[in-house]
Amino acid sequence: MSTNEITVTAEKGTSLWEDAWIKLRKNRLALIGLGLLLSLCVISLLTPWIAPYGYEEQNLLMGATPPSAEHWLGTDIFGRDMLTRIMWGGRVSLMVGFIATAVALAIGVIYGAVAGYIGGRVDMVMMRLVDILYALPFMIFIILLMVVFGRNLLLLFFAIGAVEWLTMARIVRGQVMSLRKQEFVEAAHSLGLSQWIIIRRHIIPNTLGPVIVYTTLTIPSVMLLEAFLSFLGLGIQPPQSSWGLLINYGVETMEEYPWLLIFPGVALSLTLFALNFLGDGLRDALDPRTSKD
Amino acid sequence: MAALLDVKNLKVHFHTRNGVIKAVDDVSFSVNAGETLAIVGESGSGKSVTCYSLLDLLPKPPAKIEGGTAMFDGEDLLNCSADRMRHFRGNDIAMIFQDPMTSLNPNLTVGEQLVEPLIYHPDKARRQDRAAAKLRAIDLLDEVGILDSERRFDSYPHEFSGGMRQRVMIAMALINEPRLLICDEPTTALDVTIQAQILGLIKELQQSRDVAVIFISHDLGVVAGIADKILVMCNGVAMESGKTDNIFYKTKNDYTKRLLNAIPGGPKTMKNRAQARNPLVEVKNIRTWFKDYSGSKTIIVKAVDDISLTIKRGEILGLVGESGSGKSTLGRSILQLVPTQEGTVTFDGTDLGSLSPRQLVPWRRRMQMIFQDPYASLNPRMTVFETLAEPLLYHGIADKSAVTEQVQALMDDVGLARAHMRKYPHEFSGGQRQRIAIGRAIATKPELIIADEPVSALDVTIQAQILDLILGLVERHNLTMMFISHDLSVVRYISDRVMVMHHGVLVEQGKTETLWAKPKKAYTKNLLKAIPIADPRLERARN
Repeated sequence: MSTNEITVTAEKGTSLWEDAWIKLRKNRLALIGLGLLLSLCVISLLTPWIAPYGYEEQNLLMGATPPSAEHWLGTDIFGRDMLTRIMWGGRVSLMVGFIATAVALAIGVIYGAVAGYIGGRVDMVMMRLVDILYALPFMIFIILLMVVFGRNLLLLFFAIGAVEWLTMARIVRGQVMSLRKQEFVEAAHSLGLSQWIIIRRHIIPNTLGPVIVYTTLTIPSVMLLEAFLSFLGLGIQPPQSSWGLLINYGVETMEEYPWLLIFPGVALSLTLFALNFLGDGLRDALDPRTSKD
Repeated sequence: MAALLDVKNLKVHFHTRNGVIKAVDDVSFSVNAGETLAIVGESGSGKSVTCYSLLDLLPKPPAKIEGGTAMFDGEDLLNCSADRMRHFRGNDIAMIFQDPMTSLNPNLTVGEQLVEPLIYHPDKARRQDRAAAKLRAIDLLDEVGILDSERRFDSYPHEFSGGMRQRVMIAMALINEPRLLICDEPTTALDVTIQAQILGLIKELQQSRDVAVIFISHDLGVVAGIADKILVMCNGVAMESGKTDNIFYKTKNDYTKRLLNAIPGGPKTMKNRAQARNPLVEVKNIRTWFKDYSGSKTIIVKAVDDISLTIKRGEILGLVGESGSGKSTLGRSILQLVPTQEGTVTFDGTDLGSLSPRQLVPWRRRMQMIFQDPYASLNPRMTVFETLAEPLLYHGIADKSAVTEQVQALMDDVGLARAHMRKYPHEFSGGQRQRIAIGRAIATKPELIIADEPVSALDVTIQAQILDLILGLVERHNLTMMFISHDLSVVRYISDRVMVMHHGVLVEQGKTETLWAKPKKAYTKNLLKAIPIADPRLERARN
C-alpha cells in the first residue's frame, strides 16, 4: 500500500494546465514574451504615479523636439512628453486589446462550439446570423451603438469585441464539427455525460490550438481598430491618447518628426512580438503531444 | 540463376531528435522471377521501410541508408542516380499501396491516371500516344476484372468500391509490365470476400506474367496461400526466413511461434454462460435510416432495416458483416446513440425509445461501448486518470476522496500499470490504449457492452491479448456482450452465438459452431469460404 501512496503523491496534480505551465517555463521565448507583456501591463497600471510629466502638459515653446536627456523620447508638436503619452496610451491600448479580445473569445468560442456541436438546423440558423453580421458594415454598426448609448470607453470594448467574435466563432465551429464525429466524443456521450459537460471537457480543450493562435492575432488587430475608430472621433479623444492614435498622428508628420511615429510603433510591435511568442508557447504547452522535456 | 532482386545487409536508420532508430537492421533477402516473397511483421517491424528504401521512397532525412546492397538485375538500387531510379520505378518495379481510398487522385478519372505512366514514360522511346495508351489501359482493366471497362475508363475513383479501386491500383502497377511488384498490405483495408478475390487476382497475374512479388503483410494467415518464401521481421531485425511450409510447420524461432499462436482460430474455449430466461436486450423491428444529401438528390440509406434480435444475459453475441452492412449502426441504435425511425429497443424490461435524453442517463450507466480505433476514442488532452475518473465521478460511483483508489483498481483490472496513471493517451501503444478504453467502458459497472471492432486496429499478438482480456472481464464481471467484427475468426473465437448482417438486413443467425459447420445461406457460405486459413497445405488444397 505504501508504494502506491508514493507513486500517487509523486505524480499528483499534473492536470493539463499544470503540465502546460511546466512546459511553458522551459520555453525561453515564451517566457520572454510573458515577461515583456507583464512589464508593459505593470508600467501601464503605475503610469499615473511614475509618468515623468502629465499627459496633457503642453509646452508650446518647445514644439516638437527630438529625444533628449529631459524628454527621453522627444516631444510632440504641442511640446508634450512622448514617453508620458506612450505610457498613458498603453493603458488604453492594452485595455482595449485585452478586454475586447476577451469578449470576442468568450462569445466566439461558446457560440461556435454550440453551433458546431448541435449541428443541423440550429447550426444553420446560428451561422446565417453570423453571415448577416459579417455583411453588416462594421462602421454603421459601431456608429449606431455610439449614437444609441453615447460615447463611452466600455462601449468601445464591447463594440469591437462584438465584431471580432465572428471569425472566432467560425474557426471554433469548423474545429468542433470535425471533433464531434470523433469516437472519444461518442464515448463521452455513451457514458451519459450531459451535452454541456461534453462541450466543456471534451470539445473546447481540443480547439485550444487554433483559438490561441487566432487570439494572439486578434489582440493587435483590435488595438489598430481602436486607433481607427479614435481617428474618426468615435473612440478616445485627445488629449487622451492610445498607441493607435499616436501612430496615426505620427504618420502625418513622419518626414519632419520621425520619432513621433517610431516610438509608439516600437511599443506596439514589442507587444505584438511578445504576444506571438507567448501564443506559440502556450499552444505547444497545452498540447500534451509535445514532450515535457 | 541469379535472383532478380538480391538484398544484402540492408541497414536503414532514422535520425530523430530522440536519437537514432534502427528501422531496418542488417536484413537480407532475395526474390526470383515468378516467385512470391512475403515479408511479415507487426507494426513498427520495418517491413514497409525495407521496401520503401528499395525505391528510394523514404523521406531523407530523417531516414538514411547506412549500408547494404540491393542488386536488381545486376544493378545496385541503393546506389544509383535519380534518373536511373526513375527508370526503375517506371519500368521494372511497381508498387501497390494499402489504402485504395487514398492512393488514387480523386480529381482525375481512373483512365487518366492509368495512361499517365505510358504517356510520360521516363524512357522516351517507349512513350505511347494517348489512343494507344487508352487501348492498353482498357485491356488491363479487363484483365484485373473490371466489368464494362471501356465506360469505366472515364469514371472517377469515388465511383468505384474499395475492392474495385484496388483492382485499378493493380492495373496501374502492371501497366508498364514490371518485373517486380511490391504489394504493401494490399488487402488490409478490404473485406474478407474482396480480400480473397484480390489475393487470387495477384496470384493469377503473377503466374501469367512471371513477375516477382514482394508481399508485405502483418497477417500470416493471408500470406499462407500465396507466398513461396517468408521473411519474418521484428523491430527491424530479420527473425527468420525460409520456405513457407518450413516457417509454418517447422519453425524453431520463438517470435514466429508467437505470431502463429496469436492467429485467432478454432472455436471458443470458454463455456457459454448465457441464461435462457429473461433476456437483457430485446430489439423489435428496428429501422435506422439516414438521409444522404449528395448533390440535388436525397438518398435514403437504410443502414438498419427491420431487424429483431435478443441478447441473453451473460452471452457473447457476435455480429458479423462486411463494411457497409450496418453492423456498427445496429450497435449504436441499441445504445440509443443514433436516432431510430421505427421499432423498439427494450433493455431489462424498459423501452429505451420512450425515454427522454435526461431519463436515459441512468440507463447509459448500465450499457457501454468499446470503440474500434483506440487512437480516436480517447480524448488526447485527458490523462488516463481523468479519462477513467470522469464516469466514476459523474455517475456518483466514487467521490473525490475514493476516486484515485477506484481508478487504480480499474487499471489493475484491465492490466495497465498504475504508474501510468498521469500519462496522456499518445504515450501509449495501440494495445495499451485499447485497455484504457476498455477500462472506461467497464468503469460504470455496466451489464451490457457493445464492442465495435475492438481489435481490428491492433497487431495480431496484441489482438490475442485484448481478446483474452475481454473474455476474462466478461467472466469476472458477469457482462453481456455484443461483439461486432468483420473478422470471422475473431468472432468465432469469442462468441457463443453469431448473427450475420448484409446490407442492413439480418441474413442468418445461430450458435457459433453450428453456423460454422452448416451455414444455411449462400452469403454466409461465401463469407466463411473467404476466410484465409493460416495453414499453407489446407489453403493450397482449397484452391
